[in-house]
Amino acid sequence: MTEAATPDVKSTRFRAVDGALIAMMILPILALIVLKVLFTPAADGVQIAGAMIYAEFEAPVMPVIITESQINTWAVMISILGLCLYLTHGLTAKAVCRRQLIAEWIVEKCQGLVNSNMGDYFSAWAPFIAAIMALSAFSSLICLFGLFSPTGDVNVTFGWALLVFFLIMYYKFRGGLWNYFIGLFKPIPVFAPMNLIGEFSTPISMAFRHYGNVLSGAVISALIGSALSGLSKSLLGWLPGFLGDIPFLRIGLPAVLSIYFDVFSGVMQAFIFAMLTMLNVSGAVPWEEWAARREKRKKLKEKLSKSAA
Amino acid sequence: MLELAMGIMLGLLGLGAGCAMIAGIGPGIGEGNAVAKACEAIGRQPECKSDVTSTMIMGCAIAETTGLYGLIVAILLIFVAPGSFTGILKEAIK
Repeated sequence: MTEAATPDVKSTRFRAVDGALIAMMILPILALIVLKVLFTPAADGVQIAGAMIYAEFEAPVMPVIITESQINTWAVMISILGLCLYLTHGLTAKAVCRRQLIAEWIVEKCQGLVNSNMGDYFSAWAPFIAAIMALSAFSSLICLFGLFSPTGDVNVTFGWALLVFFLIMYYKFRGGLWNYFIGLFKPIPVFAPMNLIGEFSTPISMAFRHYGNVLSGAVISALIGSALSGLSKSLLGWLPGFLGDIPFLRIGLPAVLSIYFDVFSGVMQAFIFAMLTMLNVSGAVPWEEWAARREKRKKLKEKLSKSAA
Repeated sequence: MLELAMGIMLGLLGLGAGCAMIAGIGPGIGEGNAVAKACEAIGRQPECKSDVTSTMIMGCAIAETTGLYGLIVAILLIFVAPGSFTGILKEAIK
């Protein structure tokens, strides 16, 4: 591969593409805020609700519902795509731009994490794990803009967990269907129902863990917010004019608490979801049975080719 | 009659949600144990601090799951159950 030509960082074209990519990062979030402001009905008191339904279409089997969580997930995906394109814009061997260092750091960290947790056989999985982690973390973090976190909707996290469940099943079947079936009856046949439940509890526990953590953070934030606005109404309601209507106590204090409930919890859950994906998938491969099966097939092939010749 | 039944139902749902959150005790004790042991381990071998910390946080997150199941049951009882139970109650009283 020949070395790419060094891009002219100061040229107008480079800057224009940069600006477009930054707009791609920021505009979806702004659009979401506008959408939320337009669609949310004005209400007083504690507001704890699930995802808003934006549109509903008739379909043959069941109505197709466009909810807030779908729209927010797509906006977050576009935003992450913009971020990735921005970080990798102008990549060279010599690293002209500072952002290349950030991109390299992210890639190295992800590769190292996957290699140390899944082994060398799965080293091609780094992009998938990084994608899951980024989507999950950014989906949880958009509640900092006052938007609904898609991960606070059980359907979203359950979808991801189902994806992971199918991957686990695929790798478990690698050792042969019969071997998998026999494995359910180990160590003694009485354990079969429990083993079966254990298989299906993996996606449920993964989905509910992520959803429960994000949702509990959101509920506590809403409760604190409404409590503080009520307190400031009773304490500072004597102020003249519109000053009395502004909930002054609500400024600042919820932000301190959201460092734990939103930022730490959201990023932590993203990391844990990715970690559990890695451990479950890499732990699902029956290495010995798989090797034995491959050996058997090889012998069968040789036999067939000999008999054909 | 309907009002009385409704009041009893809502009160019992609230009580049930409160009882469901007793599930928070278990993970609290378990995570406390885990963190205590991790502190001991770091005190004994300060050089493996990062490994111990990441493993501990992993374990804490998994231990938290049972508490979260209780939380989800409580949330369902508060936000979802009244809506569906009210219909059943009206049908039954008619």
